[in-house]
Amino acid sequence: MSMAADSWTASVRRFSPRLLLSELLLKQWFEPVIPFTVMIALWLYFALTIPDYATIQNTLSLLRLFAEFGFVALAMGFCLISGGIDLSVGAIFAFCNFSALYFLFVLELPVSLAIPATLAVGAALGSVNGLLIGFLKTRPFLTTLVMLIILRACVNLLNTSYAQVFATNSVDSDAWDFLGVGSVLGIPINAATLFVVLLVCHIFLSRSRYGWHLTAIGASRKAARHAGIRVRLILFFTYVLSGVLCAASGIFYAARQSSTDSTTGVGWEFQALTAVVLGGVSLAGGKGTVWRAMIGALIVFLLINGLVRMGIPGYVTSAVIGIILLAAVGIDVKWAKNRGKAIQKIYVNPAFVALSPAPSVQVGAASPYAQNDRLINAQAIGLNQVEGPEDVILDRQDRLYGSTRDGNIIRFSGPNFEKREVFAHIGGRPLGMQFDRDENLIVAVAGMGVYGVKPDGEVFKVTDETNRTWYKLNDDSRLRMADDLDIGPDGKIYFSDCTTRYEMTTNTLDILEARPNGRMVCYDPKTKTTRTIINHFYFPNGVCVSHDGKSLLIASTSLCKIFRYWLAGPKRGQTEILIDELPGNPDNINRASDGNYWLALVGIRTPTFDLAARKPGFRLRMVKQVPTDEWLAPALNHGCVLKFNEQGEALESWWDPTGISHSTLTSMREHKGYLYLGGLENNRIGRIKLDGADESWCGYDAYWGAKSKVTG
Amino acid sequence: MAFDSPLAPPRTSRLRLNLAKPNQEQIVLLITIALLIGFGLTLHGFATLSNLLNLLRSISILGILGLGMGLIVISRGIDLSEVAIMAGSWAIALIEMQKGLPIGWACLIALAIALAIGIVNGIMVAFVEAPALFVTLAAGFVIYGLAFSFAPAWVLYAPKDAPALMYLGGGQLFGIPVPIFVFAGAAIVMHLFLSKTSTGRFIYAQGDNPEAARLSGVALRPLIVLEHVLVALLAWIAGLVWVGTTGSMQMMIIQGTMIYDVVLVVVIGGISLVGGRGSVFSVVVGCVLIGILLNAFTIMDVNNEVQNIIKGIVLLAAIVLDNFLHPRDEETARQGD
Repeated sequence: MSMAADSWTASVRRFSPRLLLSELLLKQWFEPVIPFTVMIALWLYFALTIPDYATIQNTLSLLRLFAEFGFVALAMGFCLISGGIDLSVGAIFAFCNFSALYFLFVLELPVSLAIPATLAVGAALGSVNGLLIGFLKTRPFLTTLVMLIILRACVNLLNTSYAQVFATNSVDSDAWDFLGVGSVLGIPINAATLFVVLLVCHIFLSRSRYGWHLTAIGASRKAARHAGIRVRLILFFTYVLSGVLCAASGIFYAARQSSTDSTTGVGWEFQALTAVVLGGVSLAGGKGTVWRAMIGALIVFLLINGLVRMGIPGYVTSAVIGIILLAAVGIDVKWAKNRGKAIQKIYVNPAFVALSPAPSVQVGAASPYAQNDRLINAQAIGLNQVEGPEDVILDRQDRLYGSTRDGNIIRFSGPNFEKREVFAHIGGRPLGMQFDRDENLIVAVAGMGVYGVKPDGEVFKVTDETNRTWYKLNDDSRLRMADDLDIGPDGKIYFSDCTTRYEMTTNTLDILEARPNGRMVCYDPKTKTTRTIINHFYFPNGVCVSHDGKSLLIASTSLCKIFRYWLAGPKRGQTEILIDELPGNPDNINRASDGNYWLALVGIRTPTFDLAARKPGFRLRMVKQVPTDEWLAPALNHGCVLKFNEQGEALESWWDPTGISHSTLTSMREHKGYLYLGGLENNRIGRIKLDGADESWCGYDAYWGAKSKVTG
Repeated sequence: MAFDSPLAPPRTSRLRLNLAKPNQEQIVLLITIALLIGFGLTLHGFATLSNLLNLLRSISILGILGLGMGLIVISRGIDLSEVAIMAGSWAIALIEMQKGLPIGWACLIALAIALAIGIVNGIMVAFVEAPALFVTLAAGFVIYGLAFSFAPAWVLYAPKDAPALMYLGGGQLFGIPVPIFVFAGAAIVMHLFLSKTSTGRFIYAQGDNPEAARLSGVALRPLIVLEHVLVALLAWIAGLVWVGTTGSMQMMIIQGTMIYDVVLVVVIGGISLVGGRGSVFSVVVGCVLIGILLNAFTIMDVNNEVQNIIKGIVLLAAIVLDNFLHPRDEETARQGD
């Protein structure tokens, strides 16, 4: 493939709309965006087609008309979120409208009494629903449907008796007039009240214990019951709340219209249901907010109002609302069922990567990478007693630590490391380790962050979050997979967070995706703050502070390169490539006693894998169509440890070409003339004697003691 | 006991069992007989042959609709658009007749419309997997709107000179109104279908436990579509009787409470809303009970709204009783129904 074609593919794959979509779909706020857009579009359409629509006066009068329906839709929303439904909302509204007028005109109660009395009527009607549904466990749909029939019949009966009285009487009360036509700050009183009620209900639903209980019941009644939530009581009060909201709506309607007839609130339950489902409150329950319910209510209200003003007959409106409800219900069901699948299908988006040519590893080649068998006879420590020691480290007392798959730090001690003990249990997947000046063992824990273990085995948290990148959809404040860490001379902890899109269990996908999803993070113990220092890094893995403490060596596993990041000096803050061509995927980097560095290669590059790096489409198809254990991977059954110098030149390599004792080598530590080997999938820690190494050198001294070469 | 009535043990042991714990059908039957005797003794003009035949004739439409509703409730579904299908399809057929289309063709148009609606309902429920309650509720409104735009009148009259069309609703055979025969015929066919055919048994299996039915190889989705189509078919037959009885079709009934009468008939007779229970006999018993009540209301000249209130309370009581007799398992209860 030519360079031009390469860069074309690279740029096309760099900005992936699929990636954007997959992250959009994951966002909670993405769902209401769709109905919100519909609402705005609808308003714009009517503003363009109906004269004088887009005026403040029209908007205010629309708000006044809308508020009562808003209350009813809110009531319906609560019932849907609780996993039920209230079809009697329209009838309760009509009944309360009648009650308010009855209290004022017939019983001639003062307004200050009539309002609470009407609210009480709404609560009483709601409590009938609540008793039946909550305590007698009847089906909400049919129960409230029957309530609708009964209440509607009652309202019709009462209307015929009292319509005359209402028509001829009037109330001389400023408060009542204010409820009907008044405004607060220019906003109609009923709309202003609705807004306040919405705020309160939002806080209730999303911030209070009972709101959470209500949502939990809707999401899974069974689970809520098992969690000890008082399902019956909460359901009862949900329907009471629904009744009260309908009563509030009825009061405003009564104050505004001062009349009642057989069509008051007819079909409102149906419109409210359509509205709420359209807004994105799930029919299945447990999902939705008051704002979503309101967006849906506004859409339905604007639509009905607009159709009426355009002179469309009522039966057509009815059919339109019916079709919208059918579509909304269908979309709701399909969305709930398939959203996760869709995200799963489009989440992985491989990018184009052109790797540098791989140096030869042929046996007998003149290259320092030439394969040999120097690790075959490594002494095994703790054989079958450790589960994948990703990193190994030794303390000043010559005790050996390994971070294992089961969330433990295992310690071996004794002359031949025969004594095994669980030094600490952290949880997560402990990976890279380092001792700080106070001999606390600082551990990067995938899935948890950075933790420390005091010499007595007590675990403490160092950090588990960093600053969020403001323009990213994906919330990257959490540390998903802290991989390796090292500590600068000033005590700052530098660690790699190798992916912000995947987890420990799926990190292979990040390597296959080959996007700069990782980052380098720094924790400053002085200020106790965590900041991302390099954002967008291709799978940063091993981290090592250079001998002089002035730069940071970072291994990029997916790019097969080593980078140097300057902590001090003229190039401070800059990143440069230290080793461009590596024969495999680098893992941890550690200091060597002779002033050089050790590097572990977790996998060895193959021509096919290198080719696959340039074929993002191929990798995408592979991930989608082939089972995980058949995926193309680097050669993982060779173990290799390298030594390289400060200039980035490889000096020597140690291999286990059989892969029997040390495949997937991820870590090595030099300690007093020996090299200790750890591997992600190994069942042991290896040890080999190093010829001519400083037999008094140990890691702690190289960092904090006499052997430190930190200058300046 | 999903196969309660079809797989009943021999009659003697069944009788003994029933005396110990009567099922809902038998309770309703007893209440019906009691009401029959009570009204017969107290209401003037109730216990005459003509009134009883009239009673039976008047419930036959409700009964035919109830057979469809019963079928779908046994399968743990519901169809709230049944009355709308009946009125909508026949309104269009009648307007076509008024425009001069031959009566036979118009009836077939009504049938085609009804079946098409049934198929759409079924697809929405089976394939889109939307809850049947919402689908059919919304379908009712859509049918109303569309039918009204094709036939914009509250009442549509059948042509005067169509004895064949009128026969099923208005005719008499051996002195007995034909609608009763239609109801009886439909009930017998439905009974045979539900108890003697494998498809009928699958409907019970679906109602008892849809997931188990699916895992045992019942093609659930086509079955659901079939059920909705059968409901539509029965709605069409009921419409045929309705047109014959009244010589017209009223669009008002779509928005009225008739559909709840149909649900009432089914639930009262012992076809539980949890599905898999009850039989055609339940529909017949429920229907007779409601028929007696409605007939008595008419004789007593009870206000229509009061009738609605009483029916509502009876339905509420039936639902509570159903819930009491067949409590939902808290562990497997589904949401939103």
